[in-house]
Amino acid sequence: MDVVLAILLALAGGAVGGLLGVGGGILFVPALAVFLGNTQLEAEATSLLVIVPMAIIGTWRQHRHGNVDLREGATIGLLSVPGVIVGVVVANALPQRALELGFAALCLIVAVRLLRRSPAGPPSPEERPAVRGAG
Amino acid sequence: MPGNRTIRFAAIGILAGAFSGLFGVGGGIVMVPLLIMLGFGERRATATSLCAIVIIAAFATGLHGAYGNVRVGDAVLLMIPAVAGVGIGVAAQQRIPERAVSLLFAVLLIVVAAELIIP
Repeated sequence: MDVVLAILLALAGGAVGGLLGVGGGILFVPALAVFLGNTQLEAEATSLLVIVPMAIIGTWRQHRHGNVDLREGATIGLLSVPGVIVGVVVANALPQRALELGFAALCLIVAVRLLRRSPAGPPSPEERPAVRGAG
Repeated sequence: MPGNRTIRFAAIGILAGAFSGLFGVGGGIVMVPLLIMLGFGERRATATSLCAIVIIAAFATGLHGAYGNVRVGDAVLLMIPAVAGVGIGVAAQQRIPERAVSLLFAVLLIVVAAELIIP
């Protein structure tokens, strides 16, 4: 049963990326932690692996629509390396409880943002990209 | 000025990377608003963010993997419905009221937060 619920959350995570521009990662982490017995740290690490193919598919779609300059995206991605190192090292150093509370805060921030919608205002249907910022 | 632009990209990338490594999310939540502030349109900002996330998430996965934190079997189990979900989301996009989905998703996130906060 728990596996079914985890799968449903992942399905929802994939679907909302297209609908709301909120990435699936925020649902993959609880799916892994609550239903698949991962620790918070394992859930966060494993969520990142699920995000990789999602982001590849999303980028491919956007590229096909001519929305993305791959060089710009890759530049930001490559320049992120020091940040990723800091984030991963800190995540491994923090107690589990701190990670849980930090992630809970992130969920609440995203919830508030969804309730208020994006500061730029909701995009018109024809402007809405197929898959928005996954993760 | 291209140098200036690279510095801004670096700042955005580093911030998103730290967010991603720390929380296990892609980092789009910080990248998209920052790219919009740089003058990107919403569509281009989200597309560029997705492209950066491929590298960010792959590198963060590798690094977390070196710590032994990645459960590959569980990841594969979720990848299949997650990718299927993208298709469903795209198909449903024009038919589902965005406001209702936003509300539902916000409630779901509040439940998740409560679950995490209450020991």
